[in-house]
Amino acid sequence: MEWLLFVPLAMLALATAALVILLRNPIYCALALVGTFFALSGLYLLLQAEFVAVVQVIIYAGAIMVLFLFVIMLLDVGHEPPPWLRQDRPRLLLGLGLVALLVLELAVAFGSWIAPGIRGPYTSDYVNAVGNTQLIGRLLFTEFLIPFEITSIILLIAIVGAMVLARRQ
Amino acid sequence: MTGTVPLNAYLILSAALFAIGVIGVVIRRNALIIFMSIELMLNAVNLTFIAFSKFLGSMDGQIIVFFVMAVAAAEVALGLAIIIALYRNKESVNVDEINLLRG
Amino acid sequence: MPEPAFFVVMLAKIAVVFGLMLLSVAYLTWLERKIISDFQVRLGPMRVGPHGLLQPIADGIKLMFKEDIIPQAADRTIYVLAPTLALIPAFISFAVIPFGDRVRLFGQSIDMVISDVNIGLLYVFGVASLGVYGIVLGGWASNNKYALLGGLRSAAQMISYELSMGLSVVGVLMLSESLSLVRIVGAQSQTWFILLQPIGFLIFLICAIAETNRAPFDLPEAETELVAGFHVEYSSMKFAMYFMAEYANMITVAALATTLFLGGWRGPFLPPVVWFLAKLYLVIFLFIWIRATLPRFRYDQLMRFGWKVLLPLALANIVITAAFVALR
Repeated sequence: MEWLLFVPLAMLALATAALVILLRNPIYCALALVGTFFALSGLYLLLQAEFVAVVQVIIYAGAIMVLFLFVIMLLDVGHEPPPWLRQDRPRLLLGLGLVALLVLELAVAFGSWIAPGIRGPYTSDYVNAVGNTQLIGRLLFTEFLIPFEITSIILLIAIVGAMVLARRQ
Repeated sequence: MTGTVPLNAYLILSAALFAIGVIGVVIRRNALIIFMSIELMLNAVNLTFIAFSKFLGSMDGQIIVFFVMAVAAAEVALGLAIIIALYRNKESVNVDEINLLRG
Repeated sequence: MPEPAFFVVMLAKIAVVFGLMLLSVAYLTWLERKIISDFQVRLGPMRVGPHGLLQPIADGIKLMFKEDIIPQAADRTIYVLAPTLALIPAFISFAVIPFGDRVRLFGQSIDMVISDVNIGLLYVFGVASLGVYGIVLGGWASNNKYALLGGLRSAAQMISYELSMGLSVVGVLMLSESLSLVRIVGAQSQTWFILLQPIGFLIFLICAIAETNRAPFDLPEAETELVAGFHVEYSSMKFAMYFMAEYANMITVAALATTLFLGGWRGPFLPPVVWFLAKLYLVIFLFIWIRATLPRFRYDQLMRFGWKVLLPLALANIVITAAFVALR
């Protein structure tokens, strides 16, 4: 039953990711990336990480990609010629060959490998009993408090930096 | 196919997405699309974290993904501001043409 | 694999909610025209059917028969897709809103909610943030500078007020200790949250009006401003879909306000669904009343209000509520 959900979502993620790097119009690439984010959100739901799945939609698909679309529309960037028509064919073929080799190696390595690692206490039953969001909230404010505060400072720096950079002189 | 999806399936998917992101950064010349490929790589890593978080019974993966998303949002905001500033000077977002520092 | 009865019940619920939503969106146009005409001491639609009750059907037929124009240089795929993208989030938000308590039908105990997700509130905000796409893409795909600017302005307005809307609800979250909308309604058995969170309710209502691009925050799409904004190149059915999307969004945020602050389906004597619909109607009446009364905000006033007034107020509300909950 899980495979019935995993295979279409995985195919969708791979297909939209390929479209992101292959399409010529930047707006279509951005929309394909939104599709990838939705597929990944579905996969997170399958992995029982509900909070992260919804936050993925809110932040990535709902805010970051809207920002991308704003910039693409306002800067009016044109189409670029597709990679296979340009002059740097040898580089392209070398890159593709290396990446194909990498994926093949990884598939062989991961295919027959049992994941090691210390099993932690937060099994699926425990998480479902306490509640995913409640548990994340509890951990964020106790064990991960310092990274949480540092992240808020990072976001403040980003806001100030973006305003300064985008200002007209 | 019955039974649950094993961890390795998620890892292979994540590796493939990361590889697609790498290809995107290498072959595209438009700065915005290179940026999108970087986001794709970040998301592939997020998938790895969440997969391990489920299969090892640990919440660390989900918390780290939360932080990665926050940092990615900050990075996108600043990166796009830089691209806008570049466009104002050069009228182009093609990375081949941004070569003022070349000797 | 859940049993077939589960799927039958689910499909029945979806069909009922979807059908009622479509009907409500159509009749909301009639209701708005009637209420505004009452405010302006005139009659409103009276000719088509008794008291103009068949007016929405007449409008629908007219819009269907109008010529469907697609500008030559417009991006065809996205131009056709954008109104649908605007309509979808409004409808799928209704999947987590509870209409009533449990009922027993045909020997099954059925929850009056399509799907009780334990992150229901976040789901609603995720879906609301997707509503921006229909407008931005519609404005861009029209290949028209006015449409693009109107679309981007409208999108910027929606994103800014989305932030305050999310923060205004955190107080409710703290008081009910759950993100599930069913449990939030359950937590209002003693007092409705509007009494415990008056500032939160006010901020939520203002942000809801701005989110749905209703007056007085409808500068980006008013006909007299900026050549009607992002839908200037749209005609016939696609234009109708944009307006359906706006009214559907209005119903959705009214249903949210009812669930989060007005106690959902709770109330004595009458059946729960009747209470829910009554409260829903009250909030929608409030929206229409505000439209008939207030003048329009200028765009910079609008943005200043959202960022410099509502956001600090929402944050202050969170701090005060947190202090109150911690000291209890």
